Amino acid sequence: MGKLKMTAKVVSQETLATDVYSLVLEAPEIASQAIAGQFVSVYTHDGSKMLPRPISLCGIDREAGTLRLVYRVVGFGTKEFSQLAAGDTVDILGPLGNGFMKSDKKAILIGGGIGIPPMLQLAKELDCEKSVVLGYRDEIFLNEEFEPYAQVYMSSEDGQHGVKGNVIDAIKEYGVDGAVIYACGPTPMLRGIKAYAMEKGIECQISMEEKMACGVGACLACVWKTKEIAEHSQVHNSRRCNDGPVFYAEEVEL
Amino acid sequence: MSDKINMSVDIAGVTLKNPITVASGTFGSGMEYSEFVDLSQLGAVTTKGVANIPWPGNPTPRIAETYGGMMNAIGLQNPGIDVFKKRDIPFLRDYDTKIIVNVCGKSKEDYVDCVEKLGDCDVDLLEINVSCPNVKEGGIAFGQQPDALYDITKAVKAAAKQPIIMKLSPNVTDITEMARAAEAGGADAVSLINTLTGMKIDVNRRTFAVANKTAGVSGPAIHPIAVRMVYQVANAIKLPIIGMGGVATTEDALEMIMVGASAVAVGTANFHNPYATVEIIKGIEEYMKKNSISDIHELIGCVK
Repeated sequence: MGKLKMTAKVVSQETLATDVYSLVLEAPEIASQAIAGQFVSVYTHDGSKMLPRPISLCGIDREAGTLRLVYRVVGFGTKEFSQLAAGDTVDILGPLGNGFMKSDKKAILIGGGIGIPPMLQLAKELDCEKSVVLGYRDEIFLNEEFEPYAQVYMSSEDGQHGVKGNVIDAIKEYGVDGAVIYACGPTPMLRGIKAYAMEKGIECQISMEEKMACGVGACLACVWKTKEIAEHSQVHNSRRCNDGPVFYAEEVEL
Repeated sequence: MSDKINMSVDIAGVTLKNPITVASGTFGSGMEYSEFVDLSQLGAVTTKGVANIPWPGNPTPRIAETYGGMMNAIGLQNPGIDVFKKRDIPFLRDYDTKIIVNVCGKSKEDYVDCVEKLGDCDVDLLEINVSCPNVKEGGIAFGQQPDALYDITKAVKAAAKQPIIMKLSPNVTDITEMARAAEAGGADAVSLINTLTGMKIDVNRRTFAVANKTAGVSGPAIHPIAVRMVYQVANAIKLPIIGMGGVATTEDALEMIMVGASAVAVGTANFHNPYATVEIIKGIEEYMKKNSISDIHELIGCVK
């Protein structure tokens, strides 16, 4: 079927933490083909706002035909989304991006802050031995939902939950090991994870966000510096939306 | 009824089956949007600017959202003409649409080199981008002085095998002067407008929202300015015009046509609605039926 823009019906919305919301949408045409690590672009109802907001997929339920988006309110668009209620509609474009390249190697799934949601769908899809490391600033969310799928380790900046510090501190403290890292979170965290993976010689896939316009690879707004000349661009740039958002850490400059 | 309606238009001897194309830079080379739109339904596909060699473009962030649109400073990132010819043109040629290749450069030699390399290429029209506001070294330098525009038009025309369309900048005091310079230099058509130079501040980071500091504003917010400029240029020169600037709906496209555009490009609206082009084509057809207009030429320039 491929990518499409559609009007999705809101099934439910709940608050998970301060400014963090969980939105379930009825979108069978997208749910039927989406995989972990992909995202959808969500449009506001305000006609003066032209660009959609890219939001990762926290859950994909093919049977129910639903998508779950867990996002943080950071501006006008996400504020509007947070006010959607069951029965409302919202336009979305998807599924977008490449998704994680899944293997059966022993895995460490790492999520930081609002980079945690896509790791939940990945935890469900990965059929292998795995651990989950979640990094928070203070308030925690989604952590309990990972528990059926893997051992969960946490870090928080204030030390209230898990190790005081960041996700690398948690990995070292708890002796978490694996042969492949899948990670999503803020750039400083990804930089630390890349360095850790290179030091340990572990395969590492990272997913990162950037402001996007088209979301489908046409406008070249969301590029990320690459180590080698990228095939599509013929320069040291890859499109996060279409070539990513998941890249092998060694391919990109952080 | 529909077989009695003529929507085809002529741009410099090239027949477009309908007046709708896309604005360069908003549609890649068509591949990315071919999942949403049957490219064969479009009058033409206008490709993202290509130079004689690959360009890396500007640092990120490259875009910001604005009221009724956006601003961008992509910086004409492109894979270079050699890869473009091998990869992008054959892809597009499989569709029943005309191909307009947008060409950019930093010097007269760059433009001429790129245009010469397109000489043996099966493309229909060349759009010469002398109006990108986001690249320091070139482009716009040729698009803001009538003498410089005349010179580059003449040089490109002499080197080009295909008809050339000069893409005009709105960031000038009098766009009709620029249109006349393009006409005098031998241009076969003009397209307008490129983006309007703007600036946005990120008050939380206390810095520029776009890394390039200035960026080109596009989208519905600039549409009335574009309509005014197409009207002025249509009254100043005899060349065919491709109108663009904030076209998002059928009504927007009809406005452009009524003030004198023979064809209309849809740009930023593609990001809001990837089906915008085909919806507008259908909308124009419906408008013509409803108003018993059998030939689109009855509409082109009908508002004097």
